Amino acid sequence: MSLAHDARVAVRPATTAQPSARAWPEIDNPAAWIVAVLLLIMPLIANGFFLIEIFATTLILGTMALSLMFLAGYGGMVSLMQLTIAGFAAYMVAVFGVSANTNISLGWPWWLAVPMALALATIFGTLGGALAVRTEGIYTIMITLAIGAAFYYFTNQNWAIFNGHTGINTVATPHFWGVNWRADIPFYYVVLAVAALCYFAVDYISRAPFGLALQGVRDNPRRMAALGFNVNAHRVAAYAFASFVAALAGVLQVWNYRQISPGSVSVSACIDVLIIAVVGGITRPIGPFIGALIFVLLRTFALDVLIKFGLDGNRFRLLIGLGFLAIVFWSSDGVIGLWQRWRQSHRPTTGRSGGAHGHG
Amino acid sequence: MDSVAQRLSAVGAGAALELRGVTRLFGALAALTDVTITVRPGERRAVLGSNGAGKTTLFNCITGDFPPSSGTIRFFGEDVTHFPPYERIRRGLRRTYQISALFPGLTVQDNVYLACRGISRGRFSFLRPGQNDALMHAADNLVQAVHLTAVKDQRVAELAHGQQRQLEIALALAGAPRFVLFDEPAAGLSPTERQELIEILTSLPAHIGYIIIEHDMDVALRVVESVTMMHNGRVFKEGLPQEIESDPEVQELYLGGGHE
Repeated sequence: MSLAHDARVAVRPATTAQPSARAWPEIDNPAAWIVAVLLLIMPLIANGFFLIEIFATTLILGTMALSLMFLAGYGGMVSLMQLTIAGFAAYMVAVFGVSANTNISLGWPWWLAVPMALALATIFGTLGGALAVRTEGIYTIMITLAIGAAFYYFTNQNWAIFNGHTGINTVATPHFWGVNWRADIPFYYVVLAVAALCYFAVDYISRAPFGLALQGVRDNPRRMAALGFNVNAHRVAAYAFASFVAALAGVLQVWNYRQISPGSVSVSACIDVLIIAVVGGITRPIGPFIGALIFVLLRTFALDVLIKFGLDGNRFRLLIGLGFLAIVFWSSDGVIGLWQRWRQSHRPTTGRSGGAHGHG
Repeated sequence: MDSVAQRLSAVGAGAALELRGVTRLFGALAALTDVTITVRPGERRAVLGSNGAGKTTLFNCITGDFPPSSGTIRFFGEDVTHFPPYERIRRGLRRTYQISALFPGLTVQDNVYLACRGISRGRFSFLRPGQNDALMHAADNLVQAVHLTAVKDQRVAELAHGQQRQLEIALALAGAPRFVLFDEPAAGLSPTERQELIEILTSLPAHIGYIIIEHDMDVALRVVESVTMMHNGRVFKEGLPQEIESDPEVQELYLGGGHE
C-alpha cells in the first residue's frame, strides 16, 4: 500500500452510505413533513391572534435564536449580542424607511431601507464579532453582552437617530401587488418563508466546507490552523453570517410591532435569546424554534395560569427561569436532547454498524 | 531510495528546512537555545532526546504554534519566521501532534475532508461537496491509506486509540505535503500498529521529507537516514543513525548507558 497511489476510489458498500449522510437531513422523517404541512396550512386552523402573537412571534424569535445556535452550536462562540444586531436592523428599517417620526425617518421605500438595514446590521455584527473572536469562552460572552448593553444605553440617550427612550413609532410596512403584507395572513407567510429559509440555510451550511470548518474550529482551533485554516477569519465570517440571519429577524420584528424602542433591545431581552436557544437545544437548528415556541407560550399564557393559582401574573419569568434550570439540569442539549434520548430508549437500536455510540 | 543528488535536482537546490539560532523562551525558561538545523528536501530525520529536551517546542516553532523568541526559520528558502501557522501549512509544511489533536465531534471522513480542504481553495464555501468532488475522493483515498475505511462514518470520539493515531497521520498527509513533522506517532500503538506505521512512513513518496520525534528506537532508526540528538534545549549531536546509536555520550545521556 502506498500513499503515492493515484486516485483509486474504493467501490465498497460503506461508500454507498455516504450520500444519505450528505443529503438533506429530515427529508425521510415523517414528523418533519407533518410539521411543515401544519405550518403551511396554519392560517386555516389558527385565528389572527394565534397566527401572529404565537406562531409569527415564535418564528421571529426562533430565527434570532437560530443565529446564536449557529455561532454557539457549530462555532463554540456564545454571543449575547444577536438580539442587539436584530434590534439594530429594526432601528435602521425605521430610520431609513417611513415612520411617524418624520424628523428622523428618511422616508426611503422599504425595498431600499431593508437592504440598507440588513447590510448595516451585518457590518455591525461582523465588527462586534471581530472584537469578540480575540477572546474565548466567558470573555466572548462578556464582550458581546457589553456590546448589547452599550447599544441599549446608547439608544436610550441618543435622540438624533434613535429618538431616545420613546423610540420610533408607526413604522410603515410594505404594501405592493395590492397586498398589505402586514395583514395577518400575508405577514405570517412572509415570516414563515424567512424563518424556513434561514433554517434550511443553516442546516445546509453545517455540512458545507464553511460549516464543517467552523465545527473544526469549535473542536480544535489549534489543529485547524495546522491544517491551513485561518481560524479567526473563519470565526469572523461566522459572525457575519449569523448577523445577517439576526438582521433578517430584526426586520420582521419591526414590521410585526410597527415600532422599535430601547425596551426591545434591553439586556434582559438579549439574555432571553440565550435562554430560548439553550432551552430548545443548540446542537441542531430546530432547537431554537422549539425553545422560542416554549418561551412564547409561557410568556402569553403563564399569566392566566399563575393568576388561576392565585399568584402574581407578572411572575411568568419565574416559570421560564424554573424551566430553564430544569432543562439545563437534566439535559445539556435542551428539549431536542430530551426528545432524542426518549426516542432512543423507545426504539430497538436498529443495526447501525460500529455498535457502541458514545452517548451521554 | 533515490540518491541525494536525484532528490535535490527534483526539488531544486537548497534546504527544505533551515533553522538558524532559534531560541524560544517561556518566561525565564529557555525551552530552546540557539538551535541551528538544516534539513535537505526529502531527508528523513529523527529528533531524539529525553523529556524536556525541547523536541516538541522545536516543532511548535517550526509550525508557528509558538513562534520563536529569536532566530530565523526558512522553509524551502522562504523566511517563514513570522508567518502564522496556516500560511506555513499552505506552503507544504505538515505536522502531527503527540496527543491526538482531532475533531471528536466530526466523522473520520469529515476530519480528513477538512484536512484536504484546508490546503485548497474554497475554505469558506457555502456549497456542499457533490458526489464527484475531487477533495472527497482525495479524502477517501487518504482514509483508505491509513486503513480507516471501515469506520469512516463514525465520530472520531468513538474511535480506538490506535485508529485515532492513524487518523492523526492522515490529517498530516492531506494535499501535497513537502515536509512533515511527526510528533511521537507511535505513542501508545500496539506492535502490529507500529509495523503499519513503519510501512506508511517508508512508503511515503521520496520527495516528502520529515522529522520524526520517537522514543522507540526500533521505529525511529528504521525510518530515518539522519539523527539529531537534543539535550536541554540545545542540539547535542547530529549524525547517521548508527553513529548516534553507538556514540558513548549519547548512550550515557539518553539510553541510560549499556542499553542495547
